[in-house]
Amino acid sequence: MPLKIIDTQCTGCQACEQECPNVAISSKNGVCIINPKKCTECLGHYDTQQCVAVCPVENTIVFDDSLPRYQLRA
Amino acid sequence: MQLLPIDASNQGKLDQVMQQMADHKGCGTTGGSGKSSCGSGAGPNDMAPEIWEKVKNHPCYSEEAHHHYARMHVAVAPACNIQCNYCNRKYDCANESRPGVVSEKLTPEQASKKVLAVASAIPQMTVLGIAGPGDPLANPEKTFKTFELIYKTAPDIKLCLSTNGLMLPDHVDTIAKFKVDHVTITINMVDPEIGQYIYPWIFYNHKRYTGVEAARILHERQMLGLEMLTERGILCKVNSVMIPGVNDKHLVEVNRAVKSRGAFLHNIMPLISAPEHGTVFGMTGQRGPTAQELKALQDSCEGEMNMMRHCRQCRADAVGLLGEDRSAEFTTEKIMGMEVQYDSDARKAYQSKVEVERQAKVEAKQEELRGLAGESSDIHLLIAVATKGSGLVNEHFGHAKEFQIYELSTAGAKFVGHRRVDLYCQGGYGEEDSLATIIRAINDCHAVFVAKIGGCPKADLTQAGIEPVEEFAGQFIEKSAITWFKAYLEKVKTGALTHQPRGDAQIRQGAFLAAA
Ligand code: SF4
Ligand code: SF4
Ligand code: SF4
Repeated sequence: MPLKIIDTQCTGCQACEQECPNVAISSKNGVCIINPKKCTECLGHYDTQQCVAVCPVENTIVFDDSLPRYQLRA
Repeated sequence: MQLLPIDASNQGKLDQVMQQMADHKGCGTTGGSGKSSCGSGAGPNDMAPEIWEKVKNHPCYSEEAHHHYARMHVAVAPACNIQCNYCNRKYDCANESRPGVVSEKLTPEQASKKVLAVASAIPQMTVLGIAGPGDPLANPEKTFKTFELIYKTAPDIKLCLSTNGLMLPDHVDTIAKFKVDHVTITINMVDPEIGQYIYPWIFYNHKRYTGVEAARILHERQMLGLEMLTERGILCKVNSVMIPGVNDKHLVEVNRAVKSRGAFLHNIMPLISAPEHGTVFGMTGQRGPTAQELKALQDSCEGEMNMMRHCRQCRADAVGLLGEDRSAEFTTEKIMGMEVQYDSDARKAYQSKVEVERQAKVEAKQEELRGLAGESSDIHLLIAVATKGSGLVNEHFGHAKEFQIYELSTAGAKFVGHRRVDLYCQGGYGEEDSLATIIRAINDCHAVFVAKIGGCPKADLTQAGIEPVEEFAGQFIEKSAITWFKAYLEKVKTGALTHQPRGDAQIRQGAFLAAA
């Protein structure tokens, strides 16, 4: 499952956008959003999700349970 | 404080000043055991010519210049790579800005257009800084793109940068390339054991570090960055946030550590924390220092190196003289609609006028100071001054958003700080009227110099033991202060007055709500 950003908590600082190895994050209307098609949970790049590690607001970038895990997708 | 030599009777002659500058051997940052000779109030006689060239019209590096020259910040750098306990990232970085402030974010292109527009409208705007709203070096592309654009179109504008230092070593060469000649690093500790109570985490090398380890990495990167900058001759200012009970005593060590690595100026700022800022320190009830505690620490470090006392902890999009903010005149919408013609000759002409004004002020002070020679007294006291700039007593008491504080003694008048008194509605003072809060903010002063004051506040101030002084309206601050002080000493001598020490004053803690 890819990650998602809870927009009501996002400050729009774009720190996550700069760190994403897959260019999955972009900024819209003052907050950032993750493109679930591009997010690999950082698999193959880093041990930890970069966006989660850099985000200044705890629990703002979380797993999106409604979508399947990345490696399980075809 | 070191004053310009009194015997130089023809101070006004520029060539003579130039000669004195050339004769001077340099300032305290070159090391040595003696007291550094160039405080932030220093003039050309107190420092090496190449350093004076760099600081003379920089409002943040020269206390004297801050009365005359203006700076602006552009908010192009929103991201940050560390977390500070005095910062809530819903707002701007609290290192440089006052907490609770939100700046208007700009793209590098918008920012450079804004800089040119402001530079044309405010010819004494000499400095462009990038201070956030996050950490400029956590946004290297946006920061350096902005510098590049401005460096190309307006090379006479000085560029500066403020950072937490984590990524500094990686960018020192780029900083040098764009001729950024002033860098501020916020250093709150040199001991990771203390650092762990200030920084909960950092993001470095694709990893989040916490605790002592995070503080140790940050500390090492800060020291390395500082050394690399001073090696390249880039002026460095160090900001430290004074957090009572956490790093207040430790800051003396910080001061020593940064001095030995060649920092030019040390700026100790009070922690500002209120619960409504939502910062960790705000939540835990960590208090900020009182005015006396702050001054005592600044005084104790001053023997070691230059102290800056005029920092206003400006917003990341501030425009204007320190203590004033004209950012509302230059919103993105207005800027984008403007036709901007950058006229560097007009700017030069205006700035030479400013120089004349500034010279006049220095002369007036010298003249008055000569009258003070021969006086001897242990009395030293503080006064508050309402000013709009140019070093003049020229603001109405009721319009003052801040007061500048001068310490008077037989050595002269020395700028020692400023007190904000603007509309801090949520400052925890409840329903109390603003006059009471102003009195609290300048309660350690014997007098307040204003251009004008109404009858009501006048009576209240007098009752609180602060003398309202209107007779110097429109005159130079230092000269007026010395004149007043001479009369004060005279009254004490004749017994017309007994000198009474004053109490402590409060540093405003509340959220910053006023537009400016
Ligand atoms: S988890 Fe990794 S890949 Fe997914 S959005 Fe965050 S940084 Fe990008
Ligand atoms: S790092 Fe967090 S707060 Fe910043 S833009 Fe990304 S999600 Fe929003
Ligand atoms: S925040 Fe401090 S260093 Fe920056 S412009 Fe304001 S006074 Fe100068």
